[in-house]
Amino acid sequence: MTAAPPLRALGSRLRPSDVLRVGASGPRARKMRTALSALGVSIGIAAMVGVLGLSESSKSALLDEISALGTNLLTVESGVGIGGGDGAFPEEALAAINRIETVEVATAIHDVDASILKTEFVPTGQTRGLNVVAASRSLLETLNGSIAEGSWLNDATSTYPAVVLGSVAAERLGISTLTQPTYVYIGEQYVEVVGTLEEFPLSADLDRSAIMGQPAAEAFFESNPAPATIFARVENGTIDSNRELIPATADPENPEEVTVSRPSDALEAQAAADDALTTLFLGLGAVALLVGGIGIANVMVIAVIERRGEIGLRRALGATRAHIRRQFLTEAVILSALGGAVGVALGIGATYLYSSLQGWRVIIPSTAAAGGFLAALFIGAAAGLYPAMRAARLAPTEALRA
Amino acid sequence: MSRAAALEMRNVVKEYPGFPPVRALDDVSVRIDHGELIAVVGPSGSGKSTLLNVMGTLDRPTRGVVSIDGNDTATLSDRQVAGVRARRIGFVFQQFFLLDGMSAIDNVANGLIYQGVGLKERRERSAETLKRVGLGHRLTHPPSHMSGGERQRVAVARALVHEPAFVLADEPTGNLDSKSTGAVMDLIAGLHEEGTTIAVITHDTKIATSLPRQVTVFDGLIESDSALQSSPT
Repeated sequence: MTAAPPLRALGSRLRPSDVLRVGASGPRARKMRTALSALGVSIGIAAMVGVLGLSESSKSALLDEISALGTNLLTVESGVGIGGGDGAFPEEALAAINRIETVEVATAIHDVDASILKTEFVPTGQTRGLNVVAASRSLLETLNGSIAEGSWLNDATSTYPAVVLGSVAAERLGISTLTQPTYVYIGEQYVEVVGTLEEFPLSADLDRSAIMGQPAAEAFFESNPAPATIFARVENGTIDSNRELIPATADPENPEEVTVSRPSDALEAQAAADDALTTLFLGLGAVALLVGGIGIANVMVIAVIERRGEIGLRRALGATRAHIRRQFLTEAVILSALGGAVGVALGIGATYLYSSLQGWRVIIPSTAAAGGFLAALFIGAAAGLYPAMRAARLAPTEALRA
Repeated sequence: MSRAAALEMRNVVKEYPGFPPVRALDDVSVRIDHGELIAVVGPSGSGKSTLLNVMGTLDRPTRGVVSIDGNDTATLSDRQVAGVRARRIGFVFQQFFLLDGMSAIDNVANGLIYQGVGLKERRERSAETLKRVGLGHRLTHPPSHMSGGERQRVAVARALVHEPAFVLADEPTGNLDSKSTGAVMDLIAGLHEEGTTIAVITHDTKIATSLPRQVTVFDGLIESDSALQSSPT
């Protein structure tokens, strides 16, 4: 006689690799449903990773811009005073500011009373929002501007009727290249365009201007000898003291009419505004993720109802309640992991594409990607918990009564 | 003393709670020896399905003893009972319960998965078992591409692959046409000749009478048992 081994030694067991295999069997058999139920999570994750990636990339671009511009640039303007001031600096304002010890360099632009037109046949009023200013040669360096084509004003071109066009001005006048000698009509004469500029980091007004040398403006046009705007580079750490010092220096009679601003403040404000927007979109992404998780829970509840027969069969084949619970939990996590992986890929792709199109340095937020994927796994586990418990609670006899 | 019975039920009572409680099995005793092929017959509602569930340890009796290979199942934990099903019992169902998403061989391999057998060995043994039921040429086909008779043979292979002490077949031909029915019953007869212990639950008296032993269930009682009539104890 052969003694059968005692039954209590024969526990049911499911290898970990088989937990994965069994968990994957459901999603594998119903590919369309798998794709659709993973979609919700992938949209949420893609939104979160994309938003973080784009905000990082755009912020780094902004910070690059701020550091290129320098945070030590002050713009000094004269407003129209309440006391009936004339709204202009005294002629000696620039020299006075340059005498301040902590001012490294200051330069001014002057209004020129002439309109700029493409040709003499264009009616005088149609200036397309462009204006003509006179500047000294230090303007370009002080503002960290750069030449797109041609050259900046030099000793010779500063004294003759010649202009350098801001980027917007060049575009509006239809000047795309300077390979041929190019002229524009200013006041009552043709003036050669010797150069065009790239966009100024933060002086949109100058982008719309034709800039000529101060000596030429005085010799050939009606130029206001008093500065319209003064740009000052100050020593680091003296921003605040100069803000207080400059108004009285520039216009001792009407210091209250002088406004001093720091262009980089605007960029920093933009960065802060971007942060607020990022938070908003992150919130939207989180909502999408949550809805995706609910979608997975929904699909899993339906799967448990539909697959009662399979559950009963597996119990008959020797699965314990824990095996069934593990199977459906694994299935939910597989769905969300798929969604998470696709979402991370989409988010990174979107960041890469948009950042490259914007010319930003591409920064992939690796912590956001890893965090997003982990969040997806967690959502899947949470979504699968209730359906898995339900599946495990199902009595085999009930499950087999299909 | 000879080897313990493949399955033995002694004074088994199964009651379902309610007002009044429903007594589905009322003091049932039956012994199935190794190598037997028996038919469990009875009209629907007679308690056949409950008998199958209790025999197969899918349901626990309210009172009485169910022993498999001489071991009382009442003392086993749920996990151990699941282990008994994984190693000692094979089920064949009227509805086949094959998983459409996987091939015939993987469906059969599911019969080994809860014993912790590795994938390679599962597939090898499944392929052998499929050859044994005459489906050696259909290993990688999904069940959805098979006829009813072929599907039930896959299900039989799944019930056999782990070499159980006995196979419980619940209306195995209930969903089959007469030709497939013949093929499946021939297969069962062949397995019996090879020594497999099989209990076939059926309401088809023609099938029942073709088997060596008939146990008739009625109203939760064993109405007759051909083994006891021919050789009363």
